[in-house]
Amino acid sequence: MRTGTLIIGACQAGVQLACSLRELGDTDPIVLVGEEPHAPYQRPPLSKAFLKGEATADSLTFRTHEFYTEHNIELVTRERIVSIQRDADGGEATAESGRRFEFARLALTTGAVPRQIPFEGSELEGVSYLRSITDAALFERRVHTAQNVVVVGGGFIGLEVAAGTCVVGKTVTVLEAAPRLVGRAVSEATSAFYLAAHRRRGTRVVLNAQVSRFLGQHDRVTGVELASGDVIPADVVLIGVGVIARTELADQLGLAVDNGVVVDASALCSDGLTVAAGDCTNLPNPTPKSSATPGGIERLRLESVQNAVEQAKVAAATLLGLPAEYSTVPWFWSDQADLKLQIAGLSGGHDQIVLRGDPETEKFSVLYYRAGQLIAADCVNRPLDFIAVRAMLHSGQQLPADRAADLSLPLKKLAASAVETAPAVPVLIGK
Amino acid sequence: MPSVTYISAAGSETAVAGFAGDSVMETAVRNGVPGIVAECGGSLSCATCHVFVCADSVFPPMEDLEDDMLDGTAVDRESNSRLSCQLKLRDTDIRVTTPETQV
Repeated sequence: MRTGTLIIGACQAGVQLACSLRELGDTDPIVLVGEEPHAPYQRPPLSKAFLKGEATADSLTFRTHEFYTEHNIELVTRERIVSIQRDADGGEATAESGRRFEFARLALTTGAVPRQIPFEGSELEGVSYLRSITDAALFERRVHTAQNVVVVGGGFIGLEVAAGTCVVGKTVTVLEAAPRLVGRAVSEATSAFYLAAHRRRGTRVVLNAQVSRFLGQHDRVTGVELASGDVIPADVVLIGVGVIARTELADQLGLAVDNGVVVDASALCSDGLTVAAGDCTNLPNPTPKSSATPGGIERLRLESVQNAVEQAKVAAATLLGLPAEYSTVPWFWSDQADLKLQIAGLSGGHDQIVLRGDPETEKFSVLYYRAGQLIAADCVNRPLDFIAVRAMLHSGQQLPADRAADLSLPLKKLAASAVETAPAVPVLIGK
Repeated sequence: MPSVTYISAAGSETAVAGFAGDSVMETAVRNGVPGIVAECGGSLSCATCHVFVCADSVFPPMEDLEDDMLDGTAVDRESNSRLSCQLKLRDTDIRVTTPETQV
């Protein structure tokens, strides 16, 4: 008899899904299976506090073992699922070890893996990626004794690591292939700020850097050679050039896959049975309709804690046959040295930006508009702007672009006063 | 081990054993105490671990960023509001009330 839920991927989304099933009153067995040796833990601090020794494997653990026991959630570590068979009534998953897991309901929270680039010399010792706590611990040990640290990729992970390792006595170089930093996530104004801010803090940043190969001696990396012929000395290299959704199991199940496991707004996969959540999914833009404007993104992958948590809640409800639709304002954060970046909303397709505050002060926000409507903001050391924009995007409240730069009033107040002076909206009575 | 008591907005109490050095937020989340969301995992980015500290529980004063973030909580701040990710346990027992909602 097949009963209960199998959740593949013991990560942020997987834990949330299990907890949400219990909160929704599900009393059937739940098995949460993952391939790592650790109980599920927070990943964001791995590129931040963990590298500085301010977090440990223990402190990053989401839940105690007692919690899983008390809530009758069976946590299975060190088991990598390699095949699944299922039909409408459930199925069976098989691990590499041969262990089998029967289920009535199935959830995929398989996450993502760092994108690998097959540079010559990638196999040299010291060339690192960062995804798991095991990766982070190894990288931290390597950095400890390194003089020259090279980061390939000027995105969030790369810049967080650069900021965390750039201490007196080490030379840290960031190599970015594009003409600007964090090009996929922020505007040119924000990119330019981060370039200047990292350089001020002693990190070398090379833009338009085409890596051609890694050089080594005695199987250990010693440098990175660029297409220009320049060689950057390196005792340790971190490659942070994005992640790829893990879709092997979805492929095997015959589910629609397109840069991630394709799900609908209720986190349901194309078979109408399996659910998926978190980094592994390709989902409809969850931005609330009230603040969505024409020309926005229709489908996307969201690599964020918020998405892992919120989409998993929806997936849990869907598994239990409860109506649920994922609607939220996506948000992201990145801590680099003493710079706290918080991003609310999706800025893709913006046609106007408003700068609020002076980047030179390292406290400013970039507000993005499309067709006159606020759609997103990058906030650097301005948490109140972030919170205000997030709330406005949730409620659909407007903030006229010509007033957003006024630093004499908090954004919350500017939005509120905009409402009072806005033209009256016709009200339909009696329908 | 200090005990941390979380009182929900409706008045129900959950007490868990904490460890000195852990935050009031971490202690709640790890033990599955409802009422504290902590979307950002304690990096002072989300203001979803808002609590009201009971009069008998004392913590060091807050820093500016926490003060700013408290202006953005879902339920309006009061004079005893704190973000529980910033409240580190010591050896004394603690009591906090959680707001009706965090998001």
